[in-house]
Amino acid sequence: MPHIWCPGCGNGIVTAALVRAIERADYDQRDVVIVSGIGCSSRAAGYLNFNTLHTTHGRALAFATGLKMARPELKLFVIMGDGDCSAIGGNHFIHSARRNIDLNAIVVNNHIYGMTGGQHSPLTPIGKKATTAPRGTLEREFNLLELARGAGATFGARGNAAQPRQLEQLITRGANHKGFSIVEALSPCPIAYGRRNKLGGPVDMMKELKENSISTERAAGKEESELKGKTITGVIFNYDEPEYAAEYYHSIGKDIPVKSSG
Amino acid sequence: MGNRQEILLTGAGGQGLILASIILAHAAVNDNKNVVQTQSYGPEARGGASMAGVIIDIDTIEYPKVVNPTVLLCMNQASFNKYLPKLKRVGECIVIVDSTFVSGPFREEYKVQSYPITKVAKEKVGKEVVANMLALGVVNAAAGLLDRDIFRESIFELAPKGSGEINQKAFDIGYSLYEQGSGQDTNQSAQTPQ
Amino acid sequence: MPETKPVLMQGNEACAEGAISAGVRFYAGYPITPSTEVAERMAVRLPDIGGVFIQMEDEIASMAAVIGASIGGMRTLTATSGPGFSLKQENIGYAIMAEIPCVIVNVQRMGPSTGVPTAPSQGDVMQARWGTHGDHPVIVFSPASVYETYYLTVAAVNLSQKLRQPIILLLDEVIGHMREKVTIPKGSKLMVEKASDKVPADWKPYDDKGLTPLVPFGFGHYYHVTGLFHDQYGFPTGDPQQVERSLDRIHEKLEKYRDEVALTNYIGHKEPRVVIVTYGCTVRSARAVVKKAYWNNRQPVGLLSLQTLWPFPDKEVQEIAKKADVVIVPEMNMGQIIGEVERHVKGEAEVIPLNRYDGEMISPEQISDIMGRWLS
Repeated sequence: MPHIWCPGCGNGIVTAALVRAIERADYDQRDVVIVSGIGCSSRAAGYLNFNTLHTTHGRALAFATGLKMARPELKLFVIMGDGDCSAIGGNHFIHSARRNIDLNAIVVNNHIYGMTGGQHSPLTPIGKKATTAPRGTLEREFNLLELARGAGATFGARGNAAQPRQLEQLITRGANHKGFSIVEALSPCPIAYGRRNKLGGPVDMMKELKENSISTERAAGKEESELKGKTITGVIFNYDEPEYAAEYYHSIGKDIPVKSSG
Repeated sequence: MGNRQEILLTGAGGQGLILASIILAHAAVNDNKNVVQTQSYGPEARGGASMAGVIIDIDTIEYPKVVNPTVLLCMNQASFNKYLPKLKRVGECIVIVDSTFVSGPFREEYKVQSYPITKVAKEKVGKEVVANMLALGVVNAAAGLLDRDIFRESIFELAPKGSGEINQKAFDIGYSLYEQGSGQDTNQSAQTPQ
Repeated sequence: MPETKPVLMQGNEACAEGAISAGVRFYAGYPITPSTEVAERMAVRLPDIGGVFIQMEDEIASMAAVIGASIGGMRTLTATSGPGFSLKQENIGYAIMAEIPCVIVNVQRMGPSTGVPTAPSQGDVMQARWGTHGDHPVIVFSPASVYETYYLTVAAVNLSQKLRQPIILLLDEVIGHMREKVTIPKGSKLMVEKASDKVPADWKPYDDKGLTPLVPFGFGHYYHVTGLFHDQYGFPTGDPQQVERSLDRIHEKLEKYRDEVALTNYIGHKEPRVVIVTYGCTVRSARAVVKKAYWNNRQPVGLLSLQTLWPFPDKEVQEIAKKADVVIVPEMNMGQIIGEVERHVKGEAEVIPLNRYDGEMISPEQISDIMGRWLS
């Protein structure tokens, strides 16, 4: 299949995990909608055989909110990149979380703007280099999941492209969760990020992703010093709160069909 | 001009003049007239100056803004000071002021009619907020704009739920206030304008 | 058509009511003076009739949500004013490109920037035309009364569906806020057919052969929607031939339905010497003058009011300019539509501007003064 992704990119792995998760969740093909923003990972929408909506930069969640409110029975997966979601789309991100609307956000975090050639994003770790931070960025990065939690999201998980089985499970759990869910998928960008920061080739970056990760289960009970430099993966938070679209339809006395009527 | 009536309702924000203008316009529709209502918008919801214009005509109304009032109501001193000197038809325009807040000067050529609108609303209805409907009673009695019964009904239709009758009562008191004649209260000093 | 009894209605309310009559069941917006009453009316009305009202986090999101809901098969509308209209431009371009129907209301206030929020203006005529980037077709209506606001909103919703094209309603503060007597036609005879999935098996969302209806998501027709140039199925393409074809496609449909879209109204002398060409609330002042001059005094004058600003009613303007010596173009801006008038009058008549930009309406006296000068 022809696509725009570079060799060593994690986008294909994340997309495949998503597809397997949709299969696992046993959704009808016609009920599934893939929404995406602008960036490398957002091109995934165009490679999938569903109703797919490739929107404008940062606005995927706002488009998805309108669609979900119009057709609450549809299952929406919203693919975004780190810059797309947390910089230009930051406002839509926190407000989607606040409403707790049943959208499944998948943020492919490669710490960089890849499509435009390697500029720093709000998820570029402090000190790392980018074309627009040639001496290393002085800006602190967001903790995306804590941002989501603080804004009111009710499910947050983190996985990575080096552990696709776990990622698939996390996306499935996010899909089954009623409310705003976010799965942050750490993913290598050897071309626009790795090279500039001397992180090695695709294999080195994958290896590092895997080795630096520790699951929530294994991290439990460990001292803070032991977890230094580690990225915790798994379900980070999971709450049960009223979901916006269901609440709205309930408030106007209308039932939401279980499946699309078409 | 003939049938065209241009009514300007002025005062302080919060005196209910915008609502009064909407009810007047609504009544005009019920009375089979053509009508246009406009208002000046300020950023403040209370206080400040409030002005609403209503044009009533048998013919189609094109230009929607009041330029040459046939009726001017001033519910506070500031609006009286501002709008009276702008009148083009001095002596022809019916000028009605609320003497509760407007103390003059009442130059003879303007033929200002003064009624203690808010004071009476407080004393006879027990509610200052119906002063606007009382003022409409005075205005309609003085200018004969619309059918009185249709006007009363229109007040009931638009008044907030449960307040229809009290607003109608205020409207009727406006009529009797007009019938008692202007200037009954002008020897008393006006209260501080709102 | 059965009619209800006349009621007093505000322009902004008439816009909301027109939208509902035409089947709009989704509103997303953000509060901004002087358009807020549209949102407030929708917030009251839509939940009662099974519709969706949502106040979004900003204007960009409102526009995005409206497009999302349209793709879900709902008829949609959003309302704003100048500053918000600027923010909406990004996704208006998207809707044009992806051919998603929706109606955008801009109740114009004085700009640039925050300007005078409560003062009327007609300063967004060119922004409505060229506000979003790239060569794009637009449809812009501009009503001159509360009833026309109702009527043109209905027309906008229906045409938007039919042409799969966003339509902009350019109100001004005067029309948006004034209340007047209107008689609203009863029933929903105004509606065109509902969106449906009953399409031929070989249906393509962007068929090379021409306009096809939009099949909403969730009906088993799998296709892609993007702001990128795309092929017949909606998938991105950079092929020069396809790109050119794509751009022609979105323009051709407006050319084809031009006469349904370009709405004007003429009153006055059959062989006028002086013609006024204007739109929006300024029509009111012009009509007061022309009625008096022509109906009462039989002077050779006329008024061409433009309900449609874009696509510009070129034929109608040309036709009347051939008869007239002078075309006066009053506008509550520094001169925007006048350029287009001049372009199409092509020297057949003298084109005279009348501009006012102090936040007040152009008065009938201003128009009759300038008209009188050309008649004597």
